[in-house]
Formats: sequence, structure tokens, C-alpha cells
Amino acid sequence: MSLFDKHVVLEKNSILLLVGILIMVAIGGMVEILPLFYLKSTIEDAKGIRPYSPLELAGRNIYLREGCYNCHSQMVRPMRDEIERYGHFSLAAESKFDHPFQWGSKRTGPDLARVGAKYSDQWHREHLSNPRSIVPGSIMPGYPFLAKNELDYSHIADVMRTNQLVGVPYTDEQISNAVADLRAQANPDDKAVDAMLKRYPKAVARDFDGDVTKVSEMDALVAYLQMLGTLVDFKLYDDKANLR
Amino acid sequence: MARTVEAKRITAEEIGYVLFLGALLVACLLIASRAWDQVMAIHAGVGALFSAIGIFLVFKGFSDRPSQPDQLVDGKPNYNFGPIKFASVAAMFWGIAGFLVGFIIAMQLAFPALNFDFPLSNFGRLRPLHTSAVIFAFGGNVLLATSFYVVQRTCQARMPGIVTPWFIVLGYNAFIVIAGTGYLLGVTQGKEYAEPEWYADLWLTVVWVVYLLAFLGTIWKRKEPHIYVANWFYLAFIVTIAMLHLGNNMSVPVSIYTSKSVQVFSGVQDAMVQWWYGHNAVGFFLTAGFLAIMYYFVPKRAERPVYSYRLSIVHFWALIFLYIWAGPHHLHYTALPEWASTLGATFSIMLWMPSWGGMINGLMTLSGAWDKLRTDPVLRMLVVSVAFYGMSTFEGPLMSVKAVNSLSHYTDWTIGHVHSGALGWVGFVSFGALYCLYPWLWNRKQLYSLKLVSWHFWLATLGIVLYICAMWVSGIMQGLMWRAYDKLGFLEYSFIETVEAMHPFYVIRALGGLLFVLGALIMAYNLYMTVQKGEREEPAGQPVLAPAE
Repeated sequence: MSLFDKHVVLEKNSILLLVGILIMVAIGGMVEILPLFYLKSTIEDAKGIRPYSPLELAGRNIYLREGCYNCHSQMVRPMRDEIERYGHFSLAAESKFDHPFQWGSKRTGPDLARVGAKYSDQWHREHLSNPRSIVPGSIMPGYPFLAKNELDYSHIADVMRTNQLVGVPYTDEQISNAVADLRAQANPDDKAVDAMLKRYPKAVARDFDGDVTKVSEMDALVAYLQMLGTLVDFKLYDDKANLR
Repeated sequence: MARTVEAKRITAEEIGYVLFLGALLVACLLIASRAWDQVMAIHAGVGALFSAIGIFLVFKGFSDRPSQPDQLVDGKPNYNFGPIKFASVAAMFWGIAGFLVGFIIAMQLAFPALNFDFPLSNFGRLRPLHTSAVIFAFGGNVLLATSFYVVQRTCQARMPGIVTPWFIVLGYNAFIVIAGTGYLLGVTQGKEYAEPEWYADLWLTVVWVVYLLAFLGTIWKRKEPHIYVANWFYLAFIVTIAMLHLGNNMSVPVSIYTSKSVQVFSGVQDAMVQWWYGHNAVGFFLTAGFLAIMYYFVPKRAERPVYSYRLSIVHFWALIFLYIWAGPHHLHYTALPEWASTLGATFSIMLWMPSWGGMINGLMTLSGAWDKLRTDPVLRMLVVSVAFYGMSTFEGPLMSVKAVNSLSHYTDWTIGHVHSGALGWVGFVSFGALYCLYPWLWNRKQLYSLKLVSWHFWLATLGIVLYICAMWVSGIMQGLMWRAYDKLGFLEYSFIETVEAMHPFYVIRALGGLLFVLGALIMAYNLYMTVQKGEREEPAGQPVLAPAE
């Protein structure tokens, strides 16, 4: 009796077939996914990494909403040309507070993992509103509405609390000051700026959209873009510490 | 003595659906009245409307139906074709919509002014609409239609339930509407091919569990002792998609009053879970499900038995075991540990064997019937789909090799690869299946016009060739330009120069897409005329299927 004849058992019993399928499809995922929750290289810590400030987080949500990930990656690979073009290769720690991750899969536009502090706020404003006014050959859509839309931050503290629930180390103090911190980061003259900077080291408080009278979606998105890849100081980073 | 007419009574099933939809209606109204954001208010309102329509349909169905649907008519199973007809019409509708949005976004990449710079019309929101419309709306409805047809025919049994089959097809299409309108309004989880937010995901979970139960329920009613090979593939598709859907959509809503949720996983772990899901959405939704179509429709249309029973067994188990490992080849050279992506690539290369085994099993089924390719354009479509399957499952493992991937990743080569599989394999096998299904379901002798099928075939084939060739050239060229150095050791091209170089290929790609859309429009006309004008088939004895041995 060959092995194939025994297959009849599965062909005649739907539950056995179902269980067989479940076992077969469960193995691969378990082997590949579960170790990532305890391996050192995937839960690494890098000096400087901190949760997003409220304004940056709001900006990141606009990045998601507009589907930027469809065309921009946030993952620099360790090849000579990528490192020269974009900067140090991306670390696992740099996206550890990204729920969800935004590594992307396509570079219709350039990688954004280290776009922070490369261009001025004004460059970003003009470029987002009308990309071809800055880069004539660009095929990016324009987002002129971002500067007009007031940012809805009425629930930013709730979003942060949910992030806290899934493991982002926001302190209760950070959450209770969310709205004040958000407004302070978009207005460098706000008196709460120092307190915000203390809670979010290396954050930058600027009038990102060039209009102090309101906090726009442009403020949030530019604040997010300007901090991307700036948290780790690679002059001090020990690249042997987290070998993978 | 007068025969007592059996009193029509409402079944527990019907009461259950009314109660469930009633509860949902109340919940939706509550959420709509307190929603934090406009989209949630709209979606909850739509949910309430759909629930109300559902309740109405249950009562209408009750008043219209005879006491109980007959299990047999003239000694033959009384198959439930209504929901299948709905799904096969929906498939055609969503197919054209999805292909059209694909053409529009292809044009946007060639001519960016076509974005019009409005939130609703920008590429970033339309691209998920395109991918979901073709994969989940078009592909999903094809899978619903064919799986319900095949499982009933091969089990010689009517599907269980009165409301259930309708709940599945209508519920699934309600999910599509909620997901699609959500993308346009900016509601997204921000994960490719898993964009729908938490409430749409929950709803899909309910529909999917009912789908699994209805499918199993039909198998349990089978007259044949053996479960036919196509049904193994359908079962693997349904079960695995459930697992992947639950795994990749683990999120915590910020509140039930908002569409916004936060993913449970982050960074590396989220990336791995995403591509475990993403690649197996290809493996189980777009492959296993459509292989089931191949295993039923190719032998049926060629009037030949499946080439090898043993090859089917090996093909099935090897495919489902190996596929699930392949995900991390999407993450070469990233912050994912190297062992994981290497493991993914290794299994991707091993996948060559079951993929080609399946292709051989499909193609060799035509042994002795190859001449039919000359006369039957529907069979030609089915066979060419299997050939495209072979080609894209050859290309996939190649691209998963690290050295190749370092060049191809992030470029249009990936897009071209996906479309050789999606247009060539999934598209053509679906078209072939729908060309078979419409006459069967509406009881027509044949299609309205085989000549139009030929036109569809050649237009679509030409479109695919233009599409994938353009993407090969642009993908490989862009990959090479990114890594090119000049004599002095500087990067030769700025990023924008590589974008500008893509323009002619984006135009050619859009042209290919346009041909594909035109083909689908011809198909829709042909199917419409088949139903409207086709000659009715005289009822004849149904062939009895032999077990898979």
C-alpha cells in the first residue's frame, strides 16, 4: 500500500483535511515570526529613540491617510549607493514605535527614512503644495489642501493612550499634556515649548507651515517629515552593538 | 381526504439573522450618533442602512419562498444558483471598476496633472482602491461564485441554509463598499493590501466564518465519498485567509466612535507579520483559490480528467506548506534579521517545484484535447492563464534571490511581476471561469459570441505583454541607474533623473492597461448578451463526476 492510498483518509473526512491544512500553514509563520519578539537584534535599543511627539504623531497619521507609503519607502538598505544617497542604513530600533511600520515596498519617489532636516520647512511646504514648482520632473501629486485644513487634534491624547496600550512608552504626563505640547511645537513663541522639549528630546518647535495663526495639517506632516531619521546620532552610534 | 399543506414556518436561521442584523442596526445608529469623525458617522450610517436592507430581505425571502427549498428536483440536486449569479455579476462589475482605476493611476504616473491635487483623486488614495478592487472585489467575487458552484456540483448537494448563502455574498460585497469608500475618504491602516480599518475587518471576519461553515456544510452533505481536489484548494484558501486576516489586522481601535485604530505590532515584527500576510494573500487568495478554479474548469472545459491524481496530492500539500514561509523575501537587506529573509528566499525557490507541478497538472490535462485550443477561445484563455502562472511563479523565486532582489526591490519590476500573475494568471483564469459559468447558471446553450471571446483574448494578451515588458525595462533600468557610479566615484544619477527616465514606459504600461480594460468591456457585453439573448438549453441529464482517483 503506497503512501498515496492513505491520502484517501483525508479525502473522505473534511475535519481531518481541515486540521491537516491548519497544521501545514501554521508552521512557517511560527518559525519566522515568533523569534522576532525575543531576539536581541529585533528588540534592540538605540540611544536617542523616543516616541513621537503629539504633533509628529498627528503628522504621521496624515502620512498614512494620504497613502504616502504607496510610493515612498522608509528603509535604507546597507548598500553603498543607498547609504550615499540616503544616509546610514535603517536600524530596527528606528521603527520600534511605528504602529504600523512604514518601510514601504516601492520607490516611485525617494526613500524618506532620513529625509528629516535635509530640506527647509519652506521647501517642504512648497513641494507638498505643488511638487513641480520645486522639482520640475516630479510625478508626485500635489497636496495644497494640507495647508488650508486645520489639524483636528481633539483626540490626540486618546491616540497616544492607545499607543501606550500597545507598548509605546508614553508617560501619563506626556498624555495629559498632549494638546499643549502639540500646539507648542507648531509655535516657537509658545511658553510651553521648553516643557515640550523636555518631554521630547531633539524635537524641534517651529512654525512649520509659515502661519502662526493656526495649526494646520501641513504643520503636522512637515513636523513628522523633519524628524524622520534624526533621532539617532550616528557619530556616537556603536554599529557593533546590534549586529544582525 | 385532503392533503394538509405544510405550514410555512420561519426558521431559526432566519430569526437568528434578523436578531443579529437588528443588533447591528442599533449599534450602528448608536455609533453614528456619537461618531468622533465624519467618516465614522457616514460608515456607521451605511452599516445601519445595510442592516435594515438585510432585515427587509430576510422577511421578503420568507414571504416569497415555498415552505422549504427542495433538496432534489426530478431526482437531481436542486442547486442554489441565486447567490452565485449575484457574485458572478458583481465580479464583472468590480473587475471593470478595478481595471479602470488601475488605468487611471497608471495615467497619473505618466501624467501627474491627472491627480488634480484633491484628496479623493490623488494616487495615494486611488492605488489601494485599485489593488483592493481587483484582488478582493473582483477576485473575491470570482472565488465566491466558483467555490459555491464547484462545491455544490462536486458534492452533488444543495448548499445548506436559506439566508446564509445570500448573507455571505451580500455581506462580502458590503465589506467591499465600506473598504473602498473608506480609502477615498482617507480611512486606512496604512498596511498594503490590508488597508481596511478595524470595523471593516471585524465585519469581514464574521462573513468569512459563515463562509467557511457554509462551505463545510455543503461538503458534509455530499453524495460522493471523496472530496474533490478543487475543494481541498478552496478549503485551504478559506482557512488560511482567515488565519492571515486575523494575524495581520490585530489592532486596537482608539475608540468605537472613530475609524482610527493602532496596530498591535510595530517595526520589525509588524513588517514580518505584514509580509507573512501579504505574500500569502498572493499564495492563498490569488493562487490556492484560483488553482481550485483550474482543477475544476480546465478538465470540465477540455472534457478530460485531471492529468495526475498523485501530482494533485503532492501539488496541494507542498504548495500550502511551502508558500507560508516565503513572505520575508519581501524584506531582504532590511532591519529584519538576515536568517529570516534568507529562509524566506530558500522556501521561495523550493516553491518552484509545486508551482510547476501544478502548472504541469493543469496543462497536461489537455492531453488529447489540444486541438480544442484552435476552436475554443475560452479554453485558450484558461490554458494561457496556466502558462502565465508558470511564468510568474518562475519569475517570483528568481526575484527572491538576494542578488536579484537587491536590484529589483523598490522598482517597477515588482509591479510588472505582480501584474503578469494578476492579469495573466488570475485575470485569465477568472475570465475563463466566468465564460463557462454564465451559460451554466442562466441555462444557456453557449456564449453569445465566441468571436468576441477571441477579441477579448487577443486584446488582453497584447495588453499584458505591453504591461510587463514596459515594467521589466523600467524596473531594471531604474535599479541600475540608482546604483550607477561615474568615473570619479560619484553617484551618476540624481533620483529625479531616474524618475524622468521612466516616463515612456509608464505611457506604454498605461496603454497596455487600456487594452486590458477594453477586453473586459467586450466580455461584459458578451456575457450580458448571453443572458439576454442566449438560446435556452433543454434540460438534460447531468454528468456524474468520478472521484478524483
